[in-house]
Amino acid sequence: MARDAETGSGDQESQKQLLAFRHGDLDAFETLFRQHQRAVYGWILRMVRNSGVAEELTVETFWRIYRAHARFEPARGFEGWARRIATHAALDWMRTVRTEDALRVEMAPDPEAPAAGDAAVAAEIREKTARAFERLPAKLRIAAVLALVEEQPHREVAEALGISAAAVKVRVFRALRLLRKDLERQGIRP
Amino acid sequence: MNGHDEERLKRLLREALPPVEGEPEPGRDLWPAVLKRMDEKPAMPPWFDWALLGGLLGLAALFPSAIPVFLYYL
Repeated sequence: MARDAETGSGDQESQKQLLAFRHGDLDAFETLFRQHQRAVYGWILRMVRNSGVAEELTVETFWRIYRAHARFEPARGFEGWARRIATHAALDWMRTVRTEDALRVEMAPDPEAPAAGDAAVAAEIREKTARAFERLPAKLRIAAVLALVEEQPHREVAEALGISAAAVKVRVFRALRLLRKDLERQGIRP
Repeated sequence: MNGHDEERLKRLLREALPPVEGEPEPGRDLWPAVLKRMDEKPAMPPWFDWALLGGLLGLAALFPSAIPVFLYYL
């Protein structure tokens, strides 16, 4: 009972926080920032795969969030809204930056690392796959990296991109088809 | 593309771009950077945006009957 009352007052407190943020309260915004920055950063990192860029885009996302505070609907929750803004910030970044410069993927295996025999062939295939992926249009790349590499549920990817789950499946399928064509052009038959 | 091809491509992709493990954290406190970003003045629109706006206003003044046509194509 006491726990229910505690949870209830916690919910009330967070609703108050969300309402205060909606009215532009900076303290409420800082509280929300502290609660959600890790999740937002992680989501962005999964898309851009570079920690420095993910930090910059997290700042950009929270700036956009604050700018849009009056349009925030507390009933729909903060996390999904923040994730959607973060996804669009990442998409804008992918569209403006030359992909081959930007997506020297920090988390990809090092192509310069010494390898011999089969390992060298495997490393070359990984490198070519990463390059082919970088050449995909940004909106296909985001859908594919979230749904296939990070295995996020289609419903969450759809919500973040502001499209339907069926449209996510279409984008993923198109990404795979383009990827296969590109790899075949490079002499790799997946 | 059949299901087998699709699976192979997914595997290739996951080998080339390993998934992000766990719950990563930023390497620094980003709040000061957010505050700094909020204090920055918004960038001025480039000169050609102003030129375009001027041109459109000029056209609207010279040919007011073209305004509904222009709005239709917006």
